[in-house]
Amino acid sequence: MAFELPALPYGQSGLEPVMSEKTMGFHYGKHHQAYVNNLNSLIEGTRFANASLNDIVMESEGGIFNNAAQVWNHTFFFESVTPGGRGEPGEELARAIDRNFGSFEKFRDEFGKAGTTLFGSGWVWLVKNATGMLDIIQESNAGNPLRKGLTPVLTLDVWEHAYYLDYQNRRPDYIKAFWTIVDWQKVGNRYLQV
Amino acid sequence: MSFKLPSLKYEYNALEPHIDARTMEIHHTKHHAAYTNNLNAAIENSDMAGMSIEKIMAGISKYPVAVRNNGGGFYNHNLFWEIMSPDGGGKPAGELLDAINSSFGSFGAFSDEFSRAAATRFGSGWAWLVRTDNGLVVSSTPNQDNPLMDIADVKGTPILGIDVWEHAYYLNYQNRRPDYIEAFWNVVDWNAVSEKFHG
Ligand SMILES: [Fe+2]
Ligand SMILES: [Fe+2]
Repeated sequence: MAFELPALPYGQSGLEPVMSEKTMGFHYGKHHQAYVNNLNSLIEGTRFANASLNDIVMESEGGIFNNAAQVWNHTFFFESVTPGGRGEPGEELARAIDRNFGSFEKFRDEFGKAGTTLFGSGWVWLVKNATGMLDIIQESNAGNPLRKGLTPVLTLDVWEHAYYLDYQNRRPDYIKAFWTIVDWQKVGNRYLQV
Repeated sequence: MSFKLPSLKYEYNALEPHIDARTMEIHHTKHHAAYTNNLNAAIENSDMAGMSIEKIMAGISKYPVAVRNNGGGFYNHNLFWEIMSPDGGGKPAGELLDAINSSFGSFGAFSDEFSRAAATRFGSGWAWLVRTDNGLVVSSTPNQDNPLMDIADVKGTPILGIDVWEHAYYLNYQNRRPDYIEAFWNVVDWNAVSEKFHG
């Protein structure tokens, strides 16, 4: 059974001006779609042909891993944001953020710094470990925290394709704008569920 | 003494339509300039201050990651600007062509292999034509690594390179990296590549 590009939970212009309609057209319509298409053709005839996306992300290497993880990461990323942002981290997550980072502002600074200093293409993650502690990690290229036994709570795509049409070399401006569209209701629920 | 951002031997719009002026200007004045400044900051007051960039690259495994990233970025973009020209394109001649034929079979076989290396580099990086002890070799490196580095899989002297970071083509080609690679061949300055081959 082939994987399909998941529908966006908002229109392609919904994240303006943080992410332009043009950027979303390429990011979702071309990049995310290409990862889905590549994954489907790469797994054909392999032991992953009928596997779940999570299993493929956990067990594959090389081209199959790159495309599977990019499908997973982009789906998670696009579901982490919403037009105008939504709510606050919620009581449980807010308490965990304070406990792990000192304050929400310190968390945001640290997450932003992880985004600006990630060299090359990749993703910044807020993750929860087995003992419930929060951490911020950088992953290169298609890297996904599930491989390290960590549970993703929030992610930010810092591949240049995510921001180059709108911000060019100014990655810090993109990261600053990202905070205005984070769906904290969603992120807070993820923290509670896992 | 510190490293200086080199000026280009052509205008920002000179490589159009293959590489657009806005991309060239941001690439040179923002990205390359940042690598240069960050490299200078990273080597200040260290034993690397005063060393040639080639020597720093050759010992890169001993140095901090900031030197690897920014030193590579400084060197790689220097080479990139040098091997392009508005009068570029076509095929190499003379001894360089002979060497390409002997290593790859034909110019077409070489250019296919180079284009494939550039298209399949996942994430950010470069594809190279490298002069090695065993003839010419096509390779690719992640991020700002290069064949001069003692950590490279294929070590040697790069004589041709293409930047496949998305910043090199996104404004003009977006997700169509293969179109950018195809267009690149129209601006390759084979005289400059030949000089590096003999150098
Ligand atoms: Fe992306
Ligand atoms: Fe570049």
